[in-house]
Amino acid sequence: MSAARVGIVTFPGTLDDQDAARAVRLAGAEAVPLWHADRDLRGVDAVFLPGGFSYGDYLRCGAISRFAPLMDELIPAARSGLPVLGTCNGFQILCEAHLLPGALTRNAGLHYICRDQRIRVENTGTAWTREFTPGQEIVLPIKHGEGRYVADAQTLAALERDGRVVFRYAGDNPNGSLNDIAGIANEAGNIVGLMPHPEHAVEELTGAPSVDGRGFFTSILKKLVNA
Amino acid sequence: MARVIVDVMLKPEILDPQGQAIAGALPRLGFSGVSAVRQGKRFELELDGPADEAALSDVRKMAETLLANTVIEDFSIKVEE
Repeated sequence: MSAARVGIVTFPGTLDDQDAARAVRLAGAEAVPLWHADRDLRGVDAVFLPGGFSYGDYLRCGAISRFAPLMDELIPAARSGLPVLGTCNGFQILCEAHLLPGALTRNAGLHYICRDQRIRVENTGTAWTREFTPGQEIVLPIKHGEGRYVADAQTLAALERDGRVVFRYAGDNPNGSLNDIAGIANEAGNIVGLMPHPEHAVEELTGAPSVDGRGFFTSILKKLVNA
Repeated sequence: MARVIVDVMLKPEILDPQGQAIAGALPRLGFSGVSAVRQGKRFELELDGPADEAALSDVRKMAETLLANTVIEDFSIKVEE
């Protein structure tokens, strides 16, 4: 059978699309470039929204990208079950697009943070985390200035109750995120957003702290192959 | 022609570390008597026509859709005389 096709979205100001494509290819899938201005998902089986500073983070992180022509196609497809992963700026875009609840705000300490971070995988039932074990601690790079997850009390309670907090910071909370939240999923578990960067942790060669990021891509591949 | 001002502020319950940093800087610069600072955004919209009810209703939609993220921010609209 032909390889699973994972779309990698590039907006003006996206930085991590090349690493994202590489991570997808390393896992054995085909990386399909998707351009923000096209109204075409090119028949992909899943979509990766990588990090960066789309539209220069003007207005709010992800606020302009959310209205890109490609998003008009992606939003309904994601609501119908297309697996979507957003990391960092991609997570911010998913929140601005209301595909995930809550918002990412300025880090509590105001500093831009760039470091290796321990993360606990809390939910292994999503399309992107099934290759991990519940409670597993992994190490991924984080690099962001606006990663403090906030949501109203009712939303937070619902996320916790339904197991939709997929990742939590282990050890120090780097940015003041409520409930130490590093990543969440939608109700169906096909849409996952997180601030850390799995695509930067797939190869020893690049000096990554781990290759723990591989699990995201083997998870989605296994799901697509078995679908 | 009319000018409409949209002020966007983080909701009171949302931490504003920028405002806190400014509040912390004021005493260091010799200013006293300020107990808290909240930082927000101000948008000045130049309308093609008058700021009538229909135009203001559109501005409200713009604010809800783009200018503010109502998950974390409140906005207020006023017409500049």
